[in-house]
Amino acid sequence: MAANSNAAAAAADSGRIRRRFEALKAEGRGGLVAFVTAGDPDRATSAEILAGLPAAGADLIELGMPFTDPMADGPSVQAASQRALAKGITLRQILEMVRVFRQGDDETPIILMGYYNPIYIYGVEAFLADFRSAGADGLIVVDLPPEEDAELCLPALAAGANFIRLATPTTDDKRLPTVLSNTSGFVYYVAIAGITGTKSAASGAIDEAVTRLRRHTELPIAVGFGIKTAQQAAEVAAIADAAVVGSALVDRVKASLDAEGNAGPDTVSGLLGLVSELAEGVRSARKD
Amino acid sequence: MVTSSLNTFKGGPDEAGHFGMFGGRYVAETLMPLILDLEKAYEAAKVDPDFKREIDYYAKYYVGRPSPLYFAPRLTEHFGGAKIYFKREELNHTGAHKINNVMGQILLARRMGKRRIIAETGAGQHGVATATVCALFDLPCIVYMGEVDIARQAPNVFRMKLQGAEVRPVSSGSKTLKDALNEALRDWVANVEDTFYCIGTVAGPHPYPEMVRDFQKVIGEETKAQVLEAEGRLPDSLVACIGGGSNAIGLFYPFLDDKEVRIFGVEAGGHGVETGEHAASLTGGSPGVLHGNRTYLLQDDDGQILEATSISAGLDYPGIGPEHAWLHDSGRVEYVSATDKEALEAFQLCSRLEGIIPALEPSHALAHVAKVAPELPRDHIMVVNLCGRGDKDVFTVAEALGVQL
Repeated sequence: MAANSNAAAAAADSGRIRRRFEALKAEGRGGLVAFVTAGDPDRATSAEILAGLPAAGADLIELGMPFTDPMADGPSVQAASQRALAKGITLRQILEMVRVFRQGDDETPIILMGYYNPIYIYGVEAFLADFRSAGADGLIVVDLPPEEDAELCLPALAAGANFIRLATPTTDDKRLPTVLSNTSGFVYYVAIAGITGTKSAASGAIDEAVTRLRRHTELPIAVGFGIKTAQQAAEVAAIADAAVVGSALVDRVKASLDAEGNAGPDTVSGLLGLVSELAEGVRSARKD
Repeated sequence: MVTSSLNTFKGGPDEAGHFGMFGGRYVAETLMPLILDLEKAYEAAKVDPDFKREIDYYAKYYVGRPSPLYFAPRLTEHFGGAKIYFKREELNHTGAHKINNVMGQILLARRMGKRRIIAETGAGQHGVATATVCALFDLPCIVYMGEVDIARQAPNVFRMKLQGAEVRPVSSGSKTLKDALNEALRDWVANVEDTFYCIGTVAGPHPYPEMVRDFQKVIGEETKAQVLEAEGRLPDSLVACIGGGSNAIGLFYPFLDDKEVRIFGVEAGGHGVETGEHAASLTGGSPGVLHGNRTYLLQDDDGQILEATSISAGLDYPGIGPEHAWLHDSGRVEYVSATDKEALEAFQLCSRLEGIIPALEPSHALAHVAKVAPELPRDHIMVVNLCGRGDKDVFTVAEALGVQL
């Protein structure tokens, strides 16, 4: 599958996302994208979680870059961002976490997900340079629609980052080509009109949406928003190329913390255990 | 003070919603089709004579426009300098300028067939205005309000509820206006089919900054005609307070190309801009992206948004409308600040000398008048936007003055 066939002015990317989806296809199954918030509940624990995700069965990793005003996120991811920010996480430290992760794993794609302002303040050029040298692969920036592509999307593609766009139930056939035009790596289908971690979509609706997307793109399609259980992940992975689980994971982190919000004895093992369950779910749902 | 060589300061925004480098549409994809729809609907409405007639009708018979331009004799005498006029926006129905914008947006929502109205509010003035117009047109209304603001603006919370609105407390972040805005955006993302988001200020993604300005510019248009009638010439200066900046842009906009008119926007200095505890985004902030637009923000070195501080809930916001950011950088408008303490003094002075209890928001504008008016000649005509009345603030002021009610 030509993962970057419709990306404008794209430099050679890391290739990790493309290779991972090709491998999944060869295995005949959908993948699991695990979302965790960088720095939650603290830097050291977060780094330990990150390092453990591939072995637990995460095929791709979405690493949330906390922002004080995450307007597309529900209470779970908001709270995770607040916890991480309270412990002082910075964008520079997040890129350092990726660098350290890469020393032990050169294959699992890392997608950084967040909001534009911290990147804007870091400086787009400096950020993209540090992003590449740290070994990150993709970017999802929630508040940068195609109308603002000149800000970060085009420079990111030129710098060899995959720029992954969200398509939503409100993105109709007329608008889809606009949304897909500078998208690379994969397309993230947001299964519900809403914020993260709230409602779940019916699998029939997801099936219909994925079919519609496939008419417009050859890129792999990951589906997220509202997937909480291994069974839901399996259902989605049977239809789409990957299922994204986020709020359920950060909720598990939260449940493991002590009264002061510090990591408990089973913060890492509990989180990785849940990832394993979800991974088994997607592996049980083989495609034809 | 005008440093730009532009032919006009009234040309913005461009098609993509930019005022220079500011403005834009930084929203989640889910909202993008809605914002494009809204833009289309507004473009059609603003050239439709029926829409204008409808707005004019309600402005006259329901809101009570035009609001008077009042010469403030005792304050003028007290300062012994500039001749001070008040644009009496506090006499509008619901007691502030906010209803000008709400009436426009709700009439637009009706045209678009949207049946459910959501809004955010800080001081509660925008929430009250939205609840009011929703009662008038029998539309369900949900107002998001930070828990901190709910505590300090209890009378307005009750007013909203009396008019049938649901006030949803917001407990995330700083529990003030910016968090209420986040929560309203989350509601909108989740209820895209039937919901109209009635934003209360000249911020947010395009077309809101332009649309809200257009609904508020009646303030400046009336002022221009009224001052010409009273004095036979344009004023020498305009003064308005700024949180998001809707009352200010409403007064300023029609005068932007009258280059002999000096224009002052007064931000909330909180405990003093030098203390870091303030809400003065232009005086003490830097450009960034929040709530759908690029503008000046209070933020740290890592691009995280800082909490604003002001005694006035209506000014307690870490951003500012993008057109103000542009007017600041282009040098057309001079932006200054007044502290909580200065605003409290002006609040009391105006109450005592003019028999007008101003809201804490325009008390910041009055505080700047107190600084500059005494030094100005007696033929200097200064217009202050008295954008809200102070009934809602009497508890806050009493507490600040150590008075037990």
